[in-house]
Amino acid sequence: MNRDPFSLWVYLSQSPLLWLTVTLLVYAVADAVSLWTDRHPFANPVLHSMWIIGVFLKLTDTSYSTYFDGAQFVHFLLGPATVALAVPLYENRKVVASAILPMLVALAAGSITAVLSVVLLAEAVGLPREVILSMAPKSVTAGVAMGISESLHADPSLTAVAVILTGIMGAITVTPLMNRMHITDFRARGFAVGIAAHGIGTARAFQVDEVAGVFAGIAMSLNALVTSLLVPLAVTFLLR
Amino acid sequence: MIASLSLILLCQLAGEAFVRGLGLPMPGPVIGLMILLVLLLARDRFPQLARGPLQGDGVESASRGLLANLSLLFVPAGVGVVQKLDLIVNHGIAFLGVLVISVLITLLVTVATFLLASRLLRRGEDLS
Repeated sequence: MNRDPFSLWVYLSQSPLLWLTVTLLVYAVADAVSLWTDRHPFANPVLHSMWIIGVFLKLTDTSYSTYFDGAQFVHFLLGPATVALAVPLYENRKVVASAILPMLVALAAGSITAVLSVVLLAEAVGLPREVILSMAPKSVTAGVAMGISESLHADPSLTAVAVILTGIMGAITVTPLMNRMHITDFRARGFAVGIAAHGIGTARAFQVDEVAGVFAGIAMSLNALVTSLLVPLAVTFLLR
Repeated sequence: MIASLSLILLCQLAGEAFVRGLGLPMPGPVIGLMILLVLLLARDRFPQLARGPLQGDGVESASRGLLANLSLLFVPAGVGVVQKLDLIVNHGIAFLGVLVISVLITLLVTVATFLLASRLLRRGEDLS
């Protein structure tokens, strides 16, 4: 029998089991805290899980690729979860069908604003061109955004950082912002957070209200289509 | 349960194949979403489709299970961001500031446009 705790650790830390367990366990705790605080925006379970696990990896000197060997099983489910959005969409089809026109108008305005605002602001504060290009697709889901970034010869990993941070910022700010503006239409609230903050915003919307979640899911999907056409255009006209 | 998950994966697979095959700039799972939606709508029209995962609450309950924990699925990618903190530090506070302001502007413009459009539409319907 192996009595050396260090070699046991070496074995476990290299196996997917440990990091999959850590991911689920930390999330379970973060989600319980979020529920306990009545889904307070700052108790966002994604935000707290990611820094706790990040610190843990740093302390144990574990590389991200070792961690991802375990966490990939969770990451993989993003695709099926996107397909699963069809179900709440189907169940709320009457509400959705009656709002097609406002959705299309808001999609156009929102996706243009998402790209323009980030490019213009980044230019105004004097960020380097490569960074601006990497930030431009930050409001769409990570896979699509990284593809756009690659086609612009920007830095896809910086894009991924911008995308995740945008998602978390949107998920945290949407509820207090909309409450302060006295906006009670959950179709509009959900749609806005889906455009601005993709899947992480959509996850937040589902925590608050099912109709908001449905509209966020639609907004996220449509925005992925529009932004992949819009970013190359905007960049050509705005940056030289 | 397994049949429902298989159906979801099958929709995603078909979506990926479609997108890759035609070289379209969109995510495969979004096409998968549309395929599943069409299947659910078709089931209402053609009762003979209501079998396997499409009968009872099969694919519906599997989907609800996945979506109930949607936040969890972003954790692995999120941890990757913590690993790249040096990228953020390099570009400093400007990087974060630009993102926050852009998110707030996007939220406000989208919600205002949505509300305005639905209000105009309702007024148009009242007049006609």
